[in-house]
Formats: sequence, structure tokens, C-alpha cells
Amino acid sequence: MSVTVLIPTPLQKLTKNQATVKCDGGSIGELLDSLEQSCPGIKARLCDEQGELRRFVNFYVNNEDIRFLEGQKTALQDGDEVSIIPAIAGG
Amino acid sequence: MTQTLTNQTLSSALKALKCKECGAEYALEATHVCEFCFGPLEVSYDFNQLSQPITRESIEAGPNSIWRYRAFLPVETDTPIDVGTGMTPLVKAHRLARQLGLKNLYIKNDAVNMPTLSFKDRVVSVALTRAQELGFTTVSCASTGNLANSTAAIATRAGLDCCVFIPADLEAGKVMGTLIYGPTVMAVQGNYDQVNRLCSEVANTHGWGFVNINLRPYYSEGSKTLGYEVAEQLGWELPDHIVAPLASGSLFTKIYKGFREFVDVGLVDDKAVRFSGAQAEGCSPIAQAYREGRDFINPVKPNTIAKSIAIGNPADGVYAIDIANKTNGNIESVTDAEIIAGIKLLAETEGIFTETAGGTTVAVLKKLVEAGKIDPDEKTVVYITGNGLKTQEAVQGYVGQPLTIEPKLGSFERALERSRMLDRLDWQAVSV
Repeated sequence: MSVTVLIPTPLQKLTKNQATVKCDGGSIGELLDSLEQSCPGIKARLCDEQGELRRFVNFYVNNEDIRFLEGQKTALQDGDEVSIIPAIAGG
Repeated sequence: MTQTLTNQTLSSALKALKCKECGAEYALEATHVCEFCFGPLEVSYDFNQLSQPITRESIEAGPNSIWRYRAFLPVETDTPIDVGTGMTPLVKAHRLARQLGLKNLYIKNDAVNMPTLSFKDRVVSVALTRAQELGFTTVSCASTGNLANSTAAIATRAGLDCCVFIPADLEAGKVMGTLIYGPTVMAVQGNYDQVNRLCSEVANTHGWGFVNINLRPYYSEGSKTLGYEVAEQLGWELPDHIVAPLASGSLFTKIYKGFREFVDVGLVDDKAVRFSGAQAEGCSPIAQAYREGRDFINPVKPNTIAKSIAIGNPADGVYAIDIANKTNGNIESVTDAEIIAGIKLLAETEGIFTETAGGTTVAVLKKLVEAGKIDPDEKTVVYITGNGLKTQEAVQGYVGQPLTIEPKLGSFERALERSRMLDRLDWQAVSV
């Protein structure tokens, strides 16, 4: 499934300064591997050694936090928009 | 430029930005997220760098505002944006204490903080001072209301352009309380977390200074002044216990940091201080994680009248849990009905009208007392962070009605008789 991934500033060094990247993957888990192929080093920033997402990394699929969906198993459709966002501060 | 460098080494203790998770260090710029692990960045200091030692006398001789603590705050200038923020009353709450069965209760009353009646004026004063130092001309924020009020007011005093982002369903008082200062206001059709996400993207693309996003490490330091002031106002002594509201968790962790800094610099004696946090049940990701013994937060979708603390994915939640655990405090949550009762309790005992976040804090104080988790002799400070006039909708229908009378003595006397009878019956008007 071809999806658009919005890359936050801290990670843009790894995506050649692109703020959006087109990528393939049937699920978030597959997307992470696919991103690692095109932007080496990015997976280590997002996941720990056990492959779990680091606790300050938030993934959204079409504006929904994947923790309200199926986590890394969340399925992706063509044209979905995936955002990677750091944790939220109050105001 | 030479002047600035000289000031930096002589009168500022600023060292670097440091990641709270992995310790990576960064330059003191407008950045808030670690590039390695996405953890939050925090300002680190070296107080030995200062040319003059900090003493009680030097602080007491300072301005009657947060800027008496300038040496501890993340700015380099000697002329910060001082609009009289801080040094709010620390009230000994005799009547509330008696009602709850406590002996040593204090209210730190930021409901009357200047200029916009919430603790946000502290963090905004610091953030905008730093924003000016870093060369920003437009400042902004993602806000549940109080921050928008504060950013708009202080930005206008500082001559900075301002654009604020709020959720579209915010209480009317808070919206008006921002519009009046003349900023651009974007009312986003979504909850606060969605507003914040959008602002991250705007910060990246438009180069604005978002006080609680790219300027967050500086902004959050302003909350330490809530710790400093209480220590100074108690006569240069730390309390035994504090109760504070938890939104992102930042305020809680910074009060702790403030107390530790005072001890480290030798201004107060070291002492164990218990830290208890308050959340609304309708948005209590931190309380839930605390109860379940987790060290990671599961985000929630907020559903509570306490909109000012309705952060579903709180960035400092894990650190707040850590502090509550290591200080032997508690993190509790209360229902919306209990929050309203908390607002009324504080108003009826101490004459302080606080907003829903304050009601939450008072309600949790009551809950902890009733659960036997507060020693009546403990010197307890409750942090009241905002004014009730800003969330009037929350108590609409719960405060009773006036007695309507004709302009005749007889009419008044009948009404008075009726009101005394109702008092004796402890009647309360209930809205249906």
C-alpha cells in the first residue's frame, strides 16, 4: 500500500531534508522496515532494540493515534497519511 | 555581540539543552525534541558560572515578580519582560483546613496572577523573553485557553506579533480573554492534542516561536518560580507536601526541580517533600499509569469539563509518576461532579474562585484526606493555577439563584425568612 509519511524536523536529516516521504507497507510495522530501506538509520530512532516504538514517539494514521488502533499491526490503505509526532506538551 | 557574550559568562548560569531520556546535549536554541530518541529537552545550568553568588538577600532585593529569581531562569538579559508576574499570595487556609480536618494548609493562589489570572503568565514571561533574545518577531502557542490569554497579553506588551491556536469548543470567557488583546486567533475544529500537532507543523514551516512547542524548554522553566516563591514565602523553608494539577506533567516536575535547585544552591535546608498530583477522571492517563504501576503512558481521549488539564498524551507524564513515587506522594483523579464541588468548597471556605483545574486539585486534596493519605500536621501547599471567572460555564446551575424581591421592606423580610429556612434545611437549588 502506498502511503505518505509526514516526517518531523528532528528526523529530516535522515530523509535528505524531505518533510514528506512516499512509502510502501501493509501495516505500520512493514512501513518502518520500508522507511529504513530508503532512509537508513531511521528505524533506530523510532524503535528500541526490541523493536518496540520508543515511548516518546507517536504515530498517527489519518490523524488517529495508532495506540487507539492496532499499534504496529495497524493496517494501511493506499493514500493513507501517516504522521510521526513527538509527545504533546500542555497549554 | 561582544556585550552579549560577556553577559552570558558573567550573569547567566545557562549551560545547554539536555535530553531528559538519553542525556544528549544541544545548543541553547529554539528546539524541544531530542533527535535521537524524541525525548523532551530541558535546560541545564551551572550555578557556579555566576559572577555573584545567589543569596536570600540578593533575591529579597530583587523585583516583586518572578524575575527576582532571574539567575535560575533560562535567559541572558538583565532586562527581561517583566509585567509584574508572580509573587502571588500564599494563603493560610484556616477554614478549608478545619473543614477537611487538617492543621497546616496553604493555598498558593495563582488565580490572581498578573496579568491574565493564571500561572501561565510565569511560563510565558520567560518564553517571550527568550524568544526576543533568539530573534523571533512572531510568537504563538497551542492553547486550552489560559496560555492563549497570557501569550496574547504579554506579546502585546513586548511588541511581538502573535497568533494563537485553540480548540474551537473552548469556554467563551477564555476566547474573549484572548481576542481582547488583538492577536490572530485560530479556532481549530479538534481537541487540544490535534491543535498541538498542527502547531508542530506550523512551527517547522513558518519559523514562529511557539512558546509551548519549539520554545518549550525555556517556557517550562518558568514554573519553577512556583516552587521558589512558596519556599521564600514559608520563610525560606520547604513544605512537607504539595498537591498540584497534572496536565502534561510539566508544572509538577518543575516545582520539584525548583525546590531541588534551592537546596543545591544552599538557600533552604534539604527536606523530604511529598508530591501529589490531581487529574480529572475524564482525562487521567497519568493517574491510570500510576495506579497500574506503569512507566509509560497510554494516551486517552479527553472527556471532562476540566479542559485546561485535558491533555490526552502528556509529554511529562512519566516524569510526574516518577516524582510521585519517589517522594511517597499520590496521583489521584476525580469526577466532574467532584470538580465542581471542589470549586465551591474553596470559594465557600476561603473566598477564592478557581477554575476547573483548581477544582480538580481541591477535590483530589479532599479525596486524599478522606483516604487517610495526608497527615493532618503536614505543611501542605495546594497550587491553585487559574481563576474561576474563566470557566463560568462549568459552575453554571450549581451555585443557586438570587432571591428576587420587590422594592418593599415586607418583600425583603419575607425573602430573608425564606432564605434562613432554606439554609436550615440545607436546601440546594439543582439545575435540571
